[in-house]
Amino acid sequence: MSDVNTANAETQSEQDIVIKTSLASDKMDAINELADETIAFTADKLNLFYGDSQALNDIDIQIPEKKVTAFIGPSGCGKSTLLRCFNRMNDLIDDVTIKGDIKLYGQDIYERNVDVAALRRKVGMVFQKPNPFPKTIYENVAYGLRIQGIKSKRVIDEIVEKSLKGAALWDEVKDRLNQSALGLSGGQQQRLVIARAIAIQPSVLLLDEPASALDPISTLKIEELINDLKNEFTIVIVTHNMQQAARVSDYTAFMYMGDIIEFTDTKTIFTTPKNQQTEDYITGRYG
Amino acid sequence: MNKLIDWYKEGTPFLWVCAAAIALSVILVLGIVGFIGYQSLSHFWPSNTHLITLQNESGQKSKIVAEYYQSKNKVSPAGKYKDILLKTGNRDIFGLDFRWVKDSSITASELADKYITFERREWGNLYGIATKIVETSSDTELPGDLWGNLQDKITETSQIHHQIEKIQNIEIGAINYEMEQIRLHKRSLELRDELTEMAIAEAKLEVEQLDLQYNELNNKLTKLSDDLNKYSLYVDVFSDNGSKTIKIKVSSIVRAYTPNNIGTFEKISIYIDRIDEYIFDSPREANTEGGVFPAIFGTVLMVFIMTIFVTPFGILAAIYLREYSKQNVFTRIIRISVVNLAGVPSVVYGVFGLGFFVYILGGEIDALFYPEALPSPTFGTPGILWASITLALLTLPVVIVSTEEGLARIPRAFKEGSLALGATKSETLWKVIIPISTPALITGMILAIARAAGEVAPLMLVGVVKLAPSLPLDGNFPYLHMDRKFMHLGFHIYDVGFQSPNVEAARPLVFATAFLLIAIIIFLNLFAFSLRNRLREKYKSIAG
Repeated sequence: MSDVNTANAETQSEQDIVIKTSLASDKMDAINELADETIAFTADKLNLFYGDSQALNDIDIQIPEKKVTAFIGPSGCGKSTLLRCFNRMNDLIDDVTIKGDIKLYGQDIYERNVDVAALRRKVGMVFQKPNPFPKTIYENVAYGLRIQGIKSKRVIDEIVEKSLKGAALWDEVKDRLNQSALGLSGGQQQRLVIARAIAIQPSVLLLDEPASALDPISTLKIEELINDLKNEFTIVIVTHNMQQAARVSDYTAFMYMGDIIEFTDTKTIFTTPKNQQTEDYITGRYG
Repeated sequence: MNKLIDWYKEGTPFLWVCAAAIALSVILVLGIVGFIGYQSLSHFWPSNTHLITLQNESGQKSKIVAEYYQSKNKVSPAGKYKDILLKTGNRDIFGLDFRWVKDSSITASELADKYITFERREWGNLYGIATKIVETSSDTELPGDLWGNLQDKITETSQIHHQIEKIQNIEIGAINYEMEQIRLHKRSLELRDELTEMAIAEAKLEVEQLDLQYNELNNKLTKLSDDLNKYSLYVDVFSDNGSKTIKIKVSSIVRAYTPNNIGTFEKISIYIDRIDEYIFDSPREANTEGGVFPAIFGTVLMVFIMTIFVTPFGILAAIYLREYSKQNVFTRIIRISVVNLAGVPSVVYGVFGLGFFVYILGGEIDALFYPEALPSPTFGTPGILWASITLALLTLPVVIVSTEEGLARIPRAFKEGSLALGATKSETLWKVIIPISTPALITGMILAIARAAGEVAPLMLVGVVKLAPSLPLDGNFPYLHMDRKFMHLGFHIYDVGFQSPNVEAARPLVFATAFLLIAIIIFLNLFAFSLRNRLREKYKSIAG
């Protein structure tokens, strides 16, 4: 028994070495692909630890502006963790250590004097489960504006309408803005949360599996919405639905065990992946 | 046998046990409330009086008018018999209101026709027949209908009583209060060496003015008490040796009625009147008669002040523990200590309150802010402030624990959603988390109120008295006198039940006070419940 295990472990580590060596060349490719794009985020040698266990290993990635970048990979591969680094949501978790840096348009967001609240206003986020506040639909969208100190009812009215239209929800809720947001369906709630996020006019939107708790029709609506939104916002989306990544994203990164295995334009990764592991995952051989 | 096992496996017996447990609890609660309610509410019903002929062992007969009050089965070598407690009233004649007799000694008993029950301000009830109403000074009978005259004069003298009370308590109280303020002002100037001739003259002038007012009021009072004694009533009563006529002042009568000759409707109106008196009047006769208004007022006010102290404190502590502090050994120790505080016997809090709040803190406050009143203490003595704070300390664990649990139940998603929109931690707390957890915060408050309203032991040490001369809230600036002692229903129960010289008369009042205390606690809780339900409606999808 123990011989078999050791043998397995050896093959595993051999495989790891193969991956590690192939990584460098893949990254070069990715950077070449991105040559025409303006870069919003740059992560450089990003390492993240939960206590003693490492969740992200030396991540280097560049997120292009006003494009949709998708992170795919099996559960526990670190894609959500990476996403949450971009607006410092991981700060909320006790016991997290982050090494390396992430720059947003050249500005290191992990520097000591960075105003985290201001960063999060620039980098909005939508979560897996719709989480509207138990307030009215109107107040949900107005929340971020009120936090910023905007008091004028006229201005808030205008932005609320614009954001709800932007999130393709206006026609469904315009007659019941003063009703509780909790009365909306799951899909509507998720679009409301998107409206809430875009109301404060961020430059980046982070979407953490935004459609995984929704039915197919709502999912479709969200995907259409993402397509519309990319004209205005830089979008980073985490999903474990590969079809979804293929449909909505311009660039895709495949992650595994805390590493970015392959990062290139979506078409290439889904048609001619360079890495064997990526191919296995995409074709459904594991994951 | 198999069937039995199946039946057991289905869980039916368990269901029955659960149902039995809940039924038992409901019966217990209803039983307690029902028993106390019956005992207390029946006390106010005007009972019939009976003309009873008693025969003592030597065969001598005597007559007496009394209410049947209670009976007990007894056994003696001669056989079973009943001991009957008669409420004979007429304490000024018999020396006692109650008398135990054996059932065998009652030879005849009938409804006492035409007998009037007089409820008096002093000496308890009087049972007798009114013969004439006269002017006290000249002893001349008033013309017209006796009963009509009597009721008119009772109303008249009651009004005069109220006037006198008002002048004594409110107007003269205010003058005394002002006099005391002037004296204290003078004393404080003296202490600071700033007492000038002018200030003395000023104070003297003010005192003179107040004296003038006082004399005026005093004259009014003298005149009113003359009016009070204007009419007297002759009443025929039974005494130990036959019939006897006594003369009483009309002003000493609170209420007079003939219980045997009036209908149910009139009895109901008397019943309501007596309950009204019980709830809204001050006590008389060492708390065994009159009402308990000061005690109700003291209880409610103390609970309110306690709530004002404990709620913000408890909530802030819980917020810190849940939202800000790191979850480590230290916070775990704090949490365990808080929970253990809830188990400390309440009288220990009383001792602590007396030692720390009253003597140390109160003593310091007196030395710093009220040196002019020394050596008589202002806050260095038990009072409503210290009682409230002591109870706040007692109920603090309840508030902290329930608030913390409420905060813990709020899904992380709300917090993350708010933070992701660029809100700071405190904005998130105040605009999202606290509004959502309000029902839980109010639950903590409800538990604190319920606990505090029923607590007596610590209060006896830190501010409750059996008879407070004035309410802690009145018309003299600053209106709320936190240094005053107060009355409390819980203590009132103890005092009336165990410290009263007139045990039999006090017993129904113990029940009545207990019932009132339960009613007030239920009322306070219902108020908080409705508040919580309204808020819960607002955030309905979240468990509160």
